[in-house]
Amino acid sequence: MSDSEFKPVLLGRVGRPDSQTLASYRADGGYEALAKALKMANTEVIDVVKASGLRGRGGAGFPTGLKWTFLPKDVNGPIYLCINGDESEPGTFNNRVLIEEDPHQVLEGIVISSFATRSTTAYFYLRYEYGRCYRVLKQAIDEMYANNLLGKNILGSGYDLDIYLHRGACAYICGEETGLIESLEGKRAWPRIKPPFPAIEGAFRRPTVVNNVETMACIPHIMKRGPEWFQTMGIPKDANNPRDAGSYGPKLYCISGHVNKPGLVELPMGITARELIDKHAGGVWKGRSAKAVIPGGISMGFMSSAELDTPLDFNGPGRVGCLGLGTAAVVVIDDHTSMVDVLYNACRFFAHESCGQCTPCREGTAWSTKILERIREGRGKLSDIDTLLEISSSIGTIPGTTICGLADGAAWPIKTAINKFRGEFEEYIKSGRRSESPVLAGAH
Amino acid sequence: MVKVKVNDIEVDAGPKDNCILAARKAGVEIPHYCWHESLSVVASCRMCLVEVGETKPDGTVAMGPKLVPGCQTPIKEGTVIRTDSPKVKAAQQMTLELLLLNHPLDCSICDQAGECYLQDYTYKYGKAHSRLDEPKLQRMDKYHIGDQIALFTDRCVMCTRCVRFTREISGTAELQVVARGSHEEIDVFPEEPCNNKLAGNVVDLCPVGALCSKDFLYKKRVWWLKQAESVCTGCSTGCSISIDQNENKVYRLRPRPNPEAQGHFMCDEGRFGFKYIHDERRLSFPKLSAALASGIESQRKTTSANFAPDLNFADLWPTALTKARQKIQDAIKADPSGFIAVFSPFMTVEEAYLLAKFIKGIHEKARLVLGPIPSLGADDKYPKGPKGESPADGKVKFTIRAEKCPNRLGVEAVLKHFEGSVVRIESIAQRPNAHAWYIVGGYASGWVTEAIDKAVGTPSLLIVQDIFPSPLSERADIVLAAGSFAERDGTYVNHAGLAQSANAAIRAPGEARADGRILMELAGRTGLFNAMALRKEIGSAVPELSVLASGDLGDQGVRLVRFAKQAAAAAT
Ligand SMILES: Cc1cc2nc3c(=O)[nH]c(=O)nc-3n(C[C@H](O)[C@H](O)[C@H](O)COP(=O)(O)O)c2cc1C
Ligand code: SF4
Ligand code: SF4
Ligand code: SF4
Ligand code: FES
Repeated sequence: MSDSEFKPVLLGRVGRPDSQTLASYRADGGYEALAKALKMANTEVIDVVKASGLRGRGGAGFPTGLKWTFLPKDVNGPIYLCINGDESEPGTFNNRVLIEEDPHQVLEGIVISSFATRSTTAYFYLRYEYGRCYRVLKQAIDEMYANNLLGKNILGSGYDLDIYLHRGACAYICGEETGLIESLEGKRAWPRIKPPFPAIEGAFRRPTVVNNVETMACIPHIMKRGPEWFQTMGIPKDANNPRDAGSYGPKLYCISGHVNKPGLVELPMGITARELIDKHAGGVWKGRSAKAVIPGGISMGFMSSAELDTPLDFNGPGRVGCLGLGTAAVVVIDDHTSMVDVLYNACRFFAHESCGQCTPCREGTAWSTKILERIREGRGKLSDIDTLLEISSSIGTIPGTTICGLADGAAWPIKTAINKFRGEFEEYIKSGRRSESPVLAGAH
Repeated sequence: MVKVKVNDIEVDAGPKDNCILAARKAGVEIPHYCWHESLSVVASCRMCLVEVGETKPDGTVAMGPKLVPGCQTPIKEGTVIRTDSPKVKAAQQMTLELLLLNHPLDCSICDQAGECYLQDYTYKYGKAHSRLDEPKLQRMDKYHIGDQIALFTDRCVMCTRCVRFTREISGTAELQVVARGSHEEIDVFPEEPCNNKLAGNVVDLCPVGALCSKDFLYKKRVWWLKQAESVCTGCSTGCSISIDQNENKVYRLRPRPNPEAQGHFMCDEGRFGFKYIHDERRLSFPKLSAALASGIESQRKTTSANFAPDLNFADLWPTALTKARQKIQDAIKADPSGFIAVFSPFMTVEEAYLLAKFIKGIHEKARLVLGPIPSLGADDKYPKGPKGESPADGKVKFTIRAEKCPNRLGVEAVLKHFEGSVVRIESIAQRPNAHAWYIVGGYASGWVTEAIDKAVGTPSLLIVQDIFPSPLSERADIVLAAGSFAERDGTYVNHAGLAQSANAAIRAPGEARADGRILMELAGRTGLFNAMALRKEIGSAVPELSVLASGDLGDQGVRLVRFAKQAAAAAT
């Protein structure tokens, strides 16, 4: 399917009058997928999701159906589904739009997924700052209870489910799945060591699945239109790489930064950054060109202007040294912007958000911020550049020195900024210049 | 047992060991901060990073691609651990450099210096300089964090051992982490200091000089302290401890890990309750009543209350002990069953044995009686629940026992052997029918109740062996100034039948003597008091104490047969 033929799926109802109401959702065929799923065996639902090739939209791109099969077969007592709506990755706002504009699409996905995973309780962990989302969701959930879409014996199927809406604790780390679980339990969102993985011991030490909001939104469509339909979109598996799971389905790209038309667009997975900027975001602002592009939230690092033809699927950004697709939040940085300032801003964010458990992350993020602060004050040394690189290569789960991926996310902007823009850093330090410009938008 | 390889050294490790424990068995240290055997694993400090691999069936070794925390990583047959590769060394250096970024490096005024894991690891695994050019973070010290503990905030390495202790062991959860990232600090809630009865342990747990004991603060450099392995006599738990002393003064007690006794910890009552041993009111010289002392040639006069009048300094002990032996023998011969020897539950097994054997050797009808067993409230069990409630059976991690003495079981075993049964002093206090008494004290505080005082009355012979003056010592014919727990060698049997040996750390004050030495001479036995030799003798003489026969009880002690059987039965 080409981009021009593509009709929005997840955003299909956005902008319609009363798109948040149950009545309008039902009028558009809502909850038919649920009715269909409830007539199947839960394992059959998992098989459909598996066959679709759906991969998690929360950042790591883990195959959703496969994750569900990690739950133990024989479980005495509850299994929980946690919905990750903490959406805090800078530049990311697709969960917000999905919830605010079409809550029932997400909620239908949650009921189907809960059924598939044998959960009778789902926790919706919502970023605290999303007040409107909270109100919209609350209303939608009330409507569901009133219409036998939640509670006991849903649609006469014998299946029971309760959804609890939980407002988050205002920290980026609450989005890391085990940080989320700890926070849900009322504790500091300190990510847990693994194993045990949440599928074995998650919320309240019970088997648990954590899935992103956008992942949930895909589920009703897959149930209704079939896994083959889902695979008509996106980039197929690399036949030469047995470990590649492909990048199928529609994807929400959040475009922000120095473009003429920032916003949320839905496209088949795999569009290039250049097309996204030029065709869908009105090009770089003020007639300038892009110096760097963040492919999927600041944790993924930077693509240089030479790398803009990289497809934004699960594999593309990795091929140009980025951490991955992340949240597909594309942030464009124009050629008038100093990479020193941009990197400083990124480092400051991670220093602020590091939960502080692991020494390498806690101290490494703060130290890199201090170094960049000093460079921006005109007191940098050339050796700082290598110190920054050394810090970035020694923090994170990839070298194995931290508990969670926040530190990898802190490392990648440093690595890619310095490897791809080293000349600019050297020139800046040698000039002894001080940064007058304010840093980019605040860390939250 | 599983076979693992640590830096090419083959070793048998326990199936539940993590890499740190397995490496320890191979004699290889994996440096660590956050991990502690008695606490949950958080794997956050990342000091313990190692490379781990497995041995494939064909004998080849496949090393994992990443560094892993040795504390969190289990082992299995064929696990290969490397702690000396360039990758591991670089990670150790980096972790230490990062930990030192905001560390004040005020070792010169830090109490922990000399026993600090930040110093030691930096020396062994770190690099000599820091690349930090920016100002260090500075935070307020928190003297208010507990009555006994102070927090030097900047020295903290955020290992959270202290926090986990208050959550998992004391259950009182006073300590918290506040703020985030490098601004994190340990803190308490306002007006809720960390004052639980086990709080002092967080000072031992703290691997650096962040949490310090106010009691010990700035009193002594730790490298001047000498350790003696001993046993706390505060209650019948009998925590294994180390007595840290310098120049005959005890500065602190610390728990010595002993899974057989109490585990890793001790309570604050025991930890800080030793001060009485340096109380200036202690009996420091033997004393003879004026009647007994008269007729002894005087060479020097003194006015001190502690001196028997007109007695030569050097003659004090020989005179007192010779007189005591003679008087005891005379009194027993005159009316054997009118003689009562009172045994204290603070006596060691050896002391009890020496005294019992001596008395019964004179006449078997002389009576042996057990002195008061101090007891306070009920056993205090930890971790406490959210409302301060006791943990369920099976979940208990520490108990402060109501029985406030170390050796009731040991002394009772001796009494049963020599007397046939244990007669409590309370049971004969109404009608003691005694004309002569030999009374052993050694309690930490006043123990002579009105009832005991009355029961003893004014007999024809009263000999008191004690550490503090009492109504009894005031009117005794002979007072033998004895030793406190820190001054004695010997064996205590705790509530669970564990016989542990204690070693003297200091000398008794003034001319006072450890009880064992007093009793050896009193009994007219030749040679010096030697706990090891006596244990061998006791082991073959007293069946219930047969496990003492080896003489050496090791540093974890040995369980009496009866209790070992019970424990084995309970385990199956
Ligand atoms: C530091 C950090 C922050 C994260 N924040 C979010 C988040 O805000 N929302 C989210 O869905 N996933 C977030 N994740 C990813 C989650 O850990 C998890 O992989 C995801 O929720 C799984 O859902 P999915 O399989 O549907 O993608 C974060 C991960 C890390 C390491
Ligand atoms: S990596 Fe950073 S954010 Fe993640 S657990 Fe460790 S300290 Fe916390
Ligand atoms: S105060 Fe000590 S024990 Fe507590 S976290 Fe800091 S370093 Fe660890
Ligand atoms: S629990 Fe008992 S033996 Fe242990 S330290 Fe406290 S008083 Fe001493
Ligand atoms: S001891 Fe292993 S991470 Fe701290």
